[in-house]
Amino acid sequence: MAFLVLWQGLASYVNNTTLPTPDVVARVFWQACISGELPYHLGVTLLRLVVSFAVSMSLGCAIGIVLGRSKKLDAFFDNWLILFLNVPALVTIILCYVWFGLVESAAILAVVINKLPNVIVTIREGTRALDQDLLEMARCYRFSKRKTLVHVIWPQLHPFVMGATRSGLALIWKIILVVELLGRSNGMGYRLHLFFQLFDVASILAYTVAFVGVIQLLELIILKPLDKKSRRWRR
Amino acid sequence: MSDIQINITNKSYRGRLAPIIDNLKLSLKSGEFVCLLGQSGCGKTTLLNCIAGLDTAYTGGIMLGGQHTQPKIGYIFQNPRLLPWRTVRENIELALDGTQSPDIIDALLDAMQLTEVQHVYPERLSLGMSRRIAIIRAFAVNPDILLMDEPFVSLDAPTARQVRELLLKLWQKRPHTVLFVTHDLREAIALADRLVFLSASPMRVVSEITVPIARHERNNERLIEAFRTQLKDNYPDIKTLL
Repeated sequence: MAFLVLWQGLASYVNNTTLPTPDVVARVFWQACISGELPYHLGVTLLRLVVSFAVSMSLGCAIGIVLGRSKKLDAFFDNWLILFLNVPALVTIILCYVWFGLVESAAILAVVINKLPNVIVTIREGTRALDQDLLEMARCYRFSKRKTLVHVIWPQLHPFVMGATRSGLALIWKIILVVELLGRSNGMGYRLHLFFQLFDVASILAYTVAFVGVIQLLELIILKPLDKKSRRWRR
Repeated sequence: MSDIQINITNKSYRGRLAPIIDNLKLSLKSGEFVCLLGQSGCGKTTLLNCIAGLDTAYTGGIMLGGQHTQPKIGYIFQNPRLLPWRTVRENIELALDGTQSPDIIDALLDAMQLTEVQHVYPERLSLGMSRRIAIIRAFAVNPDILLMDEPFVSLDAPTARQVRELLLKLWQKRPHTVLFVTHDLREAIALADRLVFLSASPMRVVSEITVPIARHERNNERLIEAFRTQLKDNYPDIKTLL
């Protein structure tokens, strides 16, 4: 609320098209919604987000657990990991488009390559910190591999997975827009680029509002309940 | 159930010349309760881990009923090692391999007086209760051998006594072969059929002594104390261990 008041005050004071007032933004937002434009582009971006997030999280968890458990593999892949962690996002995006063409799979691949090393590193740290006592207990009572993973390892990795999820969502949002800006003809990034060329700040802000709203919803509907469930056993 | 022979000819740690365990032979009759006594740090936990198959870097072997098969283990560790994110009951269920009937859990929970807390998470329970859950878990798998590594350490005396009595009662109803590590002679006399004294570095069996006190007289403090004094007088070579 305070933020809205501040925004209104500042915008009225400046009185310039580069900083429209909240009610202007709200009107633009509403129009974009009923024309179906905003839901469409937001939907496309969300779909890309879901796919690239799912791919990088599942691959990252699997590789992270393996590297955390095997010293040999870890020593071998460590340098590769550092390399991919530090390649600028823009470079991978451009290379993916150049090598695989301006297609959907290239866009997804570029996002995954940017996100994957982060997940791997986080999960690897978590795996290294696993409680050896409990793993011994599991071996002694002949837990199957699946049982050990589900009941002994996964609950310990949960905080790390949640951490990777939160930082991952933030990172993917940012990268996905750049990917769309550079090589797709739909999605939020593409639209924002268009608005930039038209200097349409009100629309940019309207899309940003939608964006922030979606993130808050994700947090509220999916992440918070997951957190709560995983903490139910704590004192 | 079958007899168990433990024969560890050599166990060393990497980077250390002197072996931890040197030519240790021990045979356990089916249903026998044996206490291992030795100074702390002499390798008792290492020995249990070898028997449990958690530590395989040793020469020698474990025989079950005259055959080289890994016995089924129920291990009660020094700390309870329960999964904090699973309830009491789930912790016990997870150890079962499907061949046992779930009714055994109810019976054991009842015997250990824990039926009321079976759906509680372990972190909300006292240490004494957690220890009892670990005991249930070990009995529930119907093991060939029960390994217990000082399971009453860091409990206050009345709690330790209570858990000990519950354990004895349970064991008399379900007589498994037990290997119980302790450094408390009084506790060992109260529990064991046979005492095995171990030397330190390298670990060897110094002497084996059968406890002559009848099972129903084990809570008689006077008898236990008398036997303890008698041990001290008659066995000078284990004096340092007492």
